[in-house]
This record gives sequence, structure tokens and C-alpha cells, in this order.
Amino acid sequence: MLQIKNLHASISSDSGAKEILKGLSLEVNAGEVHAIMGPNGTGKSTLAAVLTGKEGYDITEGTVEFEGKNLMDLSPEERAQQGLFLAFQYPVEIPGVSNANFLKAAVNEIRKSKGMDNIPPNEFLKLMREKMELVEMSKDFISRFVNHGYSGGEKKRNEIFQMAMLDPKLAILDETDSGLDIDALRIVANGVNKLRTKENAFVVITHYQRLLDYIIPDFVHVMYDGKIVKSGDKDLALELEEKGYDWIKELSNVEI
Amino acid sequence: MSTQEQILEELTTTDYKYGFVTDIEQDNAPKGLTEDTVRFISAKKEEPEWMLEWRLKAFRDWQKMTEPTWANVHYPKVDFQDIIYYSAPKQKISLDSLDDVDPELLKTFEKLGISLDEQKRLSGVAVDIVFDSVSVKTTFQETLKQKGIIFCSMSEAIREHGELVKKYIGSVVPQKDNFYAGLNSAVFSDGSFCYIPKGVRCPMELSTYFRINSAGSGQFERTLLIADEGSYVSYLEGCTAPQRDENQLHAAVVELIALDNAEIKYSTVQNWYPGDKEGKGGIYNFVTKRGICKGNYSKISWTQVETGSAITWKYPSCILAGDNSIGEFYSVAVTNNMQQADTGTKMIHIGKNTKSRIVSKGISAGRSQNSYRGLVKVHRKAENARNFSQCDSLLMGDQCGAHTFPYLEISNNSSKVEHEATTSKIGEDLLFYFQQRGIDEETAVSMIVNGFCKEVMDNLPMEFAVEARKLLAISLEGSVG
Repeated sequence: MLQIKNLHASISSDSGAKEILKGLSLEVNAGEVHAIMGPNGTGKSTLAAVLTGKEGYDITEGTVEFEGKNLMDLSPEERAQQGLFLAFQYPVEIPGVSNANFLKAAVNEIRKSKGMDNIPPNEFLKLMREKMELVEMSKDFISRFVNHGYSGGEKKRNEIFQMAMLDPKLAILDETDSGLDIDALRIVANGVNKLRTKENAFVVITHYQRLLDYIIPDFVHVMYDGKIVKSGDKDLALELEEKGYDWIKELSNVEI
Repeated sequence: MSTQEQILEELTTTDYKYGFVTDIEQDNAPKGLTEDTVRFISAKKEEPEWMLEWRLKAFRDWQKMTEPTWANVHYPKVDFQDIIYYSAPKQKISLDSLDDVDPELLKTFEKLGISLDEQKRLSGVAVDIVFDSVSVKTTFQETLKQKGIIFCSMSEAIREHGELVKKYIGSVVPQKDNFYAGLNSAVFSDGSFCYIPKGVRCPMELSTYFRINSAGSGQFERTLLIADEGSYVSYLEGCTAPQRDENQLHAAVVELIALDNAEIKYSTVQNWYPGDKEGKGGIYNFVTKRGICKGNYSKISWTQVETGSAITWKYPSCILAGDNSIGEFYSVAVTNNMQQADTGTKMIHIGKNTKSRIVSKGISAGRSQNSYRGLVKVHRKAENARNFSQCDSLLMGDQCGAHTFPYLEISNNSSKVEHEATTSKIGEDLLFYFQQRGIDEETAVSMIVNGFCKEVMDNLPMEFAVEARKLLAISLEGSVG
């Protein structure tokens, strides 16, 4: 589904370009859940940004294919329409635009890209109600403005809710667990688990092993200094938790 | 410059779509302003002596006044001697049907998408067209007449309903009120007059389309609207203007009077030529709009959508004189490219238990400057006055400015005044969030803007709201805006 080969990317700023991703490779297939772990500043969020097409990054080397297409040829909205979803680490507030309006526009744009007609209002409302239950949203949520005045936990739940509505092929969860209390964490993880199928895939970016108690990954990758320095199964997360990130630093020094 | 910034720039530098000039013969006054000009205008309009005297008094006072400079706008000084103060299309004023209207004029309206036929047929709106200062045609007169409603051009009102005009003209905006109102009082060319008798609910939205069309001729309309006891009227005013290279001055005066239990709803959609991307050309819009809730339990509600003009200087206000009277101001002001707007309202609480509500939404794009300026004044005797003000600014890009100048003068302890303000920006992160959900930038911006303005748009009459949304979309076209 997703093939990243030797990806180099830098962030462009006034003071010049700074390389963040330094030769990252990763393959994600349908039905898989990958966890990417690593200390702050190693490029985890940059990876999410580059994959989804956020402005301000230059790809200097390497390739990214998604469902056989060169992802870098597509605009951010085209990537989303192709089935790539990002649950944001910091979801923005959109005053004046209700959740219903926002999602109706999103659902219809995605349908349009597939040559489908707009979703009938009844069907849309039914879909919304069904998916709201998944993340335990209250009824007034439909008409509330997107993320406007929400608590941190509500915002993260909304990301999972949007994911459920848009039914992406590949979802990237960027530190969705940060700032969540244990109840919210359970709701979020539960939502993800219910959405897991043989056809879709997840990349879960996280700082802590905690989330992986709830969302059991098939693969765990440890990122350090712009690339993946160690991969393994779910036990790697536990090992990492136990030994700490210093272990990774040593590991990467040895490998370099 | 990043791609998003480029798109943002492209989207916010849209050329004015309604720029064209209609070729109709004009009957102009000589350039410049003297007592003779005032006499010329008054004579052209066959006005009674008292009206001429009223104008001359205004002119003499105006000569002693100076242009205000306190507004947050900058423009080259206006040469008031370089303006034609009267221009009228050369045709008979009384017309029996639309067939008699100059076909050029009808074409102009067609270009604007406001064909009279359609208006008449679809919306049942009575349209009083002011085309370069003279009302050409008033429709639906008969229906209104049956209810005793007077809706006609100001010139006609001065001739036919002199007593009413004499009683109320200048009673809300006196000749000496301010520099531009003074100028208007001296040289106003035409405008609309409306009187709703006691207990009558006006059965249709009254509508006037203004249009500036003669190069170098400032337009000075004067509108007077009186709602007698227990009456109700909803009045719509909408404007577009053709593209011009020289600045055109516009200084209108609107006076509203609401007596006991009367309600006036006054809605404006303004889309005058804002100048080109560098700010060249464009209308100077210096307007004095004020209403008085003279009677107890009366209500005046201003709703405006301002998208045009190079410079806007405009503060539709309410004097809440009657006990339990209510004043409202709902405004969307959009500035783009080099436009400057200094707009807001004044709510003057005099009567007991008076209430006012201010909802102002400013949208700035390009290199424009958008200022809200509002005064809430509670007099000593205004027991239990209430005011709520909400001023929100939306910025697009990082070269524009939004400013808020709220003034509060409270002289009564029992009053309650609330002011809320927010500033938000359509930035890259916000747009990227939409894009990541499959929604392109243009759609995203229109969703954000519509959401931002919703509270104000909801106050416009339905048929007007449609036009307003269209204008908003055009002004900020494709807009990240």
C-alpha cells in the first residue's frame, strides 16, 4: 500500500534548509498496524507532514508510492481523496463551520473524486450518528463548530470520528495519545480497533508505549535522527519502555 | 513565496467584475460648488422656496466646516471644486411602463443581473431605481398606495409631500452634523422617501438599487424613512458601480424615524468599485446613516454587507430615545487589495430599558485595512440600558490589517454593557486541515467566510442574502477570501 524508499526531506526556513528525514524507508501493507516510536525531534511528525503534503518541506531524495502512485505528484487534497488520512497532533479550531457541514463537504469531495454523486442527506445523518457512537460523542456534536472550544480529549476523539466518517485506506495517527487521560485513550483506541480491517492500514506515531497496550501493532519501528534505526514486533515497544531512549541513541551510534 | 501564499495572493487580487460604463446622455451642472450650484440643483428639481433656503443654510454652514481626519483611512485630499454636483439622464421622468425606460439603462441592469422584469415577477419587490441621481422609475406604487404607503423619489416627495419632508428632514442628521452630511444637505440630488402610516405593515420589501454612472459626478443621495406608530417596514439598499479611473465621491445621508411601536429593518449590500489592485480609482464612500427610535417600544435594525469602495467611512447609528426601544447593528465589512474601511456604529441610549446589539464581522485580505469603530453611549437617565457588542476580525494573509476602536461612555450605574472581540486568521494550518480532509482551498475559504458571517447574513431578507453571498464570493474570489 505504502512504500517509502530512502526518503530525505528538509524543512525550508528563512535561515536556510535543514534536513530532518535522512534516508527513511518503510513498507506498509493492507491489514497492518505499524507503530513509529522515538524521542522528540527525530522527525516523526515531519514524516506525517511530508506524506500528507504539508507546505514547507522539500523532498531531496527518495520515493514515496501510495497504491502504486507517486504520492509527491498529488496535492494534499488529492492525497486525502485517494484515501490517506492524518489524525492531527494539534487539530485546528474552525469557528463558524459545524462538524456536519465540514464532514459533508469532505465526504462529498472524496465521492466526487471517485465520480460519485453527493451523499443523500438522510444517509449522511445516519452515517454520522453511527460513527458518533463509536467515539462516544454527545448528540449536540453534530451542530457544534469543528474543534471550537473543545477540550484536548474531545479534539482527539473528533479526529478519530472524522477518520471513521471518511473511511481511509491508510490512516496516520500523529501522537493521538498525547494529552489524553486514560478514559479518552480507551475511547480513541477502541475506535481505531473497531475500524481495523483487512483492507486498511494504520501508522501510529507515539511517544509512549501506553497507547500500544490498547492498539496492538504488527510492527514497531524506532526512529532516531531522521530514520528508522530498529524494527521489530510489539515486544520492541516494551523493550524500549524498559531501556529508555538512551538505548536507541547508543544503538544508532553503533549502526552509524 | 510558498504555493499557498501565491494562491492566497491570486485569489485575493481579483479584478472588479462589474466594471462597465453605460452610454446615456447626461444633463450636467457645471463643475464646482457655489451658492449658484445649490440654486441650480434646486431649480432643476423645481423645489419650493423652503427647500432652497434649507439647502443654502446647509451650504453656508458647510463652508465653515473642515474635513474630518480622525478615521483610520488615508487618501489624497478631495478637490470639492472639481466635482460635478448634478447629473441626470436626459429623459422624461414620468414613465408608464418599463417599455419607456432607456434600453441602455435596462441593459445595465441586465448586466448586473437585476432585470426589473425578473425582480417584479419573482420577488414581488418594489424597486425604486436611482440611476445617477434621478429616480427613473418607481414600480409597485399602486399596491403601496392602497395601504397608504408613500414610496417615491425624494424630489417627488418634496413636491408632493412637502409637509412630511419639512417636518422630518434633518431631524435625525442635522445640516451641521458633520462635514459630509453638510455637503449632502446642500447639494443632494435625489434619493428615496418612504412613509408608512400608523399600524400598517408594509406588505413587501422596499428596495432601491443605486448606481453611480457618470464620471466625475459625486453622488449625494438623501433617504428619509418614517415609520409611524405601530408600523413595520423592511428596506433594502444595494449598489454596484462601473469601473473608473478617477475617484468618485459619494456622500449619502439616510435618516430613519421610528415612532411608538414601529419597527424599521434597513439592509444594505454595497459593492461599489473598490479601485484596482493598486488602489487606483474606486469610490470614496462617506455616508451618514442614523435612525432615531423616537417612540416607546420602537426598533431599528441596520444590517450591512460592505464589500466595495476604495474608502468607506460609515457608521449607521441608533438614537434610542423612546423607552424600551431597541437598536441593532449587524455588519460584514470586507476589504481586499488596497481598500480601507472605517466602519461601525453608534448606539445612544437615552430612554429607559433601552437595548442595543452590535455584531460586527470584519474580513481583511490583500493589503487592505479594516477598522471597526463603535460608540456605546448611555445617558444619565437611561435606566437599565443594555448593550452587547461582538466584534470579530478575520485576516487573510499577512499583509492586511484589522483594527477595533470601541468607545464606551456610560453615565448610568444601572446599565449593563458587554463587549467581546476576537481575531482569527485564515492561515496555512487551517487551510491544510481542510485539504487533508479532501477539501480544496477555495471551498475551504468560502466555508470559513460563510461561517464567519453567518450571524449577520441570517439577518438579511432571503432574496438579499443570496445576492450578498454572491458579492462576498466575488470580492474574495476564489478567495482565500
